[in-house]
Amino acid sequence: MSSVHVSPLSTYLSIFAALMVLSALTVGAAFVNLGLLNPVVALTIAVIKATLVILFFMHVKYSSRLTKITVVLSFFFVAILFAETFMDYATRGMPLAPYVLK
Amino acid sequence: MSNGIAHAEGPTPTHGHAHAHHPALQHHFDTMSQQREAGVLGMWVFLLTEVLFFGGLFFAYALYRSWYYDAFAAASKSIEILPGLINTVVLIASSLTMALSVRSAQTNQRKATVNWLIATIILGSVFLGIKVYEYADKFAHHHVPGASFQFAHVPAPGEPHVEEAVAGHVTTMGPDELERTTQIFFSLYFTMTGLHAIHMIVGIVILFIITWMAHKGRFDDEWHAPVEMTGLYWHFVDIVWIFLFPLLYLVERHN
Amino acid sequence: METPVYPAHNYLSNGHTLKSWLLTKDHKRIAILYLISISAFFFLGGLFAVGIRLELSTPQGDLFQPDTYNKFFTLHGIIMVFLFLIPSVPAVLGNFLIPPMIGAKDLAFPRINLLSWYLYIIGGAFTLFAIVAGGVDTGWTFYTPYSATSSSTNVAPVALGVFIAGFSSILTGLNFIVTIHRMRAPGLHWFKLPLFVWAHYATSLIQVLGTPVVAITIVMLFTERAFGFGIFDPQRGGDPVLFQHLFWFYSHPAVYIMILPALGVISELVSTFTRKRIFGYSFVAFSSLAIAIFGFIVWAHHMFVAGISVYAAMVFSFLSFSVAIPSAVKVFNWTATMHRGSISFETPMLYVYGFFGLFLIGGLTGLFLATLGTDVHLHDTYFVVAHFHYIMVGGAIMGYLGGLHFWWPKLFGRMYSDFWSRISAILVFVGFNLTFFPQFILGYLGMPRRYHMYPDEFQVLNVLSSGGAAVLGLGYLLPVIYFMWSLKYGAVAGNHPWGASGLEWRTQSPPLTENFLEVPTDIPEAYEYTPKVVREAKLV
Repeated sequence: MSSVHVSPLSTYLSIFAALMVLSALTVGAAFVNLGLLNPVVALTIAVIKATLVILFFMHVKYSSRLTKITVVLSFFFVAILFAETFMDYATRGMPLAPYVLK
Repeated sequence: MSNGIAHAEGPTPTHGHAHAHHPALQHHFDTMSQQREAGVLGMWVFLLTEVLFFGGLFFAYALYRSWYYDAFAAASKSIEILPGLINTVVLIASSLTMALSVRSAQTNQRKATVNWLIATIILGSVFLGIKVYEYADKFAHHHVPGASFQFAHVPAPGEPHVEEAVAGHVTTMGPDELERTTQIFFSLYFTMTGLHAIHMIVGIVILFIITWMAHKGRFDDEWHAPVEMTGLYWHFVDIVWIFLFPLLYLVERHN
Repeated sequence: METPVYPAHNYLSNGHTLKSWLLTKDHKRIAILYLISISAFFFLGGLFAVGIRLELSTPQGDLFQPDTYNKFFTLHGIIMVFLFLIPSVPAVLGNFLIPPMIGAKDLAFPRINLLSWYLYIIGGAFTLFAIVAGGVDTGWTFYTPYSATSSSTNVAPVALGVFIAGFSSILTGLNFIVTIHRMRAPGLHWFKLPLFVWAHYATSLIQVLGTPVVAITIVMLFTERAFGFGIFDPQRGGDPVLFQHLFWFYSHPAVYIMILPALGVISELVSTFTRKRIFGYSFVAFSSLAIAIFGFIVWAHHMFVAGISVYAAMVFSFLSFSVAIPSAVKVFNWTATMHRGSISFETPMLYVYGFFGLFLIGGLTGLFLATLGTDVHLHDTYFVVAHFHYIMVGGAIMGYLGGLHFWWPKLFGRMYSDFWSRISAILVFVGFNLTFFPQFILGYLGMPRRYHMYPDEFQVLNVLSSGGAAVLGLGYLLPVIYFMWSLKYGAVAGNHPWGASGLEWRTQSPPLTENFLEVPTDIPEAYEYTPKVVREAKLV
């Protein structure tokens, strides 16, 4: 007998419905001029969708701690890649000293 | 499953199924539970590698979008939204059918497992079919990076008009610079969606194999880890698209 | 003690057909397949090194065309890094020993293990094809835009080869991680594991986290080369330095893939040949994890003069110092282990003594290079070449050879010649120092790397280096001879010829296909040399 958690059908259907709503929201938001917030909104919605898929479709909510750590670890290292590389690009061309020697 | 029998002197029983076990138990494992946990953990570690794999591409995208926003916006606007949106719906639906097939396997419903797997294959194939249409469209418009690339090309006097400028998009870039830097967008577009499509194709092949195994009754409520593992892979491919869609299709639609 | 008898039934005798080897799922046979193939690639990479050192014996570029010389150092690097060092300890010793060390019958995924080997072979084949087709001259680092646009050499096949070999590495890492998490014998909790296992666990983390990034980088390079995409092309607004960021995000952690397993070997050897539990076991275990994690945040110290921002350079320089700390922790703990231990001088331990000095020098010179100010002068000189060879050859290869000499009797049930193995170890140590110490001086004096000619005043040091390489080469060739000789004529080894603790020594030599007749249930703490444990394990 499987000791793994079996989600009820209603869970899957409601997550699916949520994903559909969020997809519509993403498209709708793209047509509204939110300036700098446009990419923020788009990415936030994408992250929420991904989280729903991970937690419920992929069962991470009911999985072992090791599984949860694996998921977090993968995004953590991508974050390192982004953060440290952007640190370079963001500070290029910055003056070396805040003052100029006379 | 084993690669030969060790005829050791001593008390070890020779391999003759003197002990009853599930037919799918591989002999380096002690229990089905251990075998399942190893398989599922293995798939999760593999997905970890895939996150890092796509991550490099997403970084390149993020960098160049910050550098050439105008070009990215213009290029993104030139892509039809509708096929992308349909594909998003189709792929998420396929994630649903995949999850339902796992659930059917967990509850020992062989026919339902097979049917939901077939539904997943069909939806995945629809996705790929629409992708073929989209790629063909790109080729027709010379939006494939390389020697024949053309974008918002302003024809010289007398030169025949081959490409229309992106309607309504206000840009500070000259047409030459725009054309040059949109090549980067389309390089990323094809690499990202191409890689994603390859993952889908591999996924569909795996789905065929798993469907066949399910049809043959290889899974029950005690052993269905291959279905679970396929499901994890498929959901990952869905998640990649969840990010690709807004980043490639919806950069700036409000102009 | 009676003379040991060579066991008639073992993993080597279990099937003699080619098919039983090429389609094996036995982790031990796969380890032997790797042993043969990586040795072949090692000597091929060594041939290119011979070419380099011959050319550099004279100041003029008089042996090869400059482009040919470029191909030599490129291929030497590619083969040694991707086809030798990265697989070496994990694929041979890790594959063979991790299951018995944790009381398992095999790795978690035996067929994926075999696939790993085939991917490695295919990756190697692509590289061989590229060599035959005329070679590659980009340097093993493949920097764009030269590699993507200008180079007329066979970049695409080599890129494919490295990509495929990378997946071999990923799958090995994946296999080890799942195995160590899920296949330990009952009662064998993490802090009873040999440090060799900890080291491979940390290595596997790096393999699965880092290799995919170089894989995608190669994909992007390949699309640029084959399809004319423009992600790194400056003419279309691309940034060549982006390639370097993505490349080094993997390639710096890759150097820890190359050294960590060897550090795991050293722990086993130090414990065995001092007859003592490793001092500060938990510190050494966690230091492996720390090296793996810190190794991921320092990559741009390879890019200090590439055009990155000065502020980023300062941050990366500062972070780079952190990686030295866990490495030092290991060295201090090994030293503390040896204090008041029962030290002996068998061949594997000779490699350990050599290792200590060379790893120390290699590590300290790494700090000179991590220092932003000095690196600006030392970058792309022979100082860098000397530094990494001290770690990779003086560290990793010594560790690999020490491990090979230690576990050879377990792998094959035979002892090799004690006399010739000691000669070999000494030749390697002397040859190595003669080859690479002059290169520190050359680099300090300003001799650039990857140049086929140099000013006359550098010739003496270069000739010393080339002479040393000849001695080193001899030191590497001798083991091939006496190891092969031992397979047929060597003395029978018995279960535990060194009297070492560890589960792998409680099986016969060579082991059964299934490793254990019965998995031991009463597993002691790691490195127990108390009289009670010695008696019960029937250690000498």
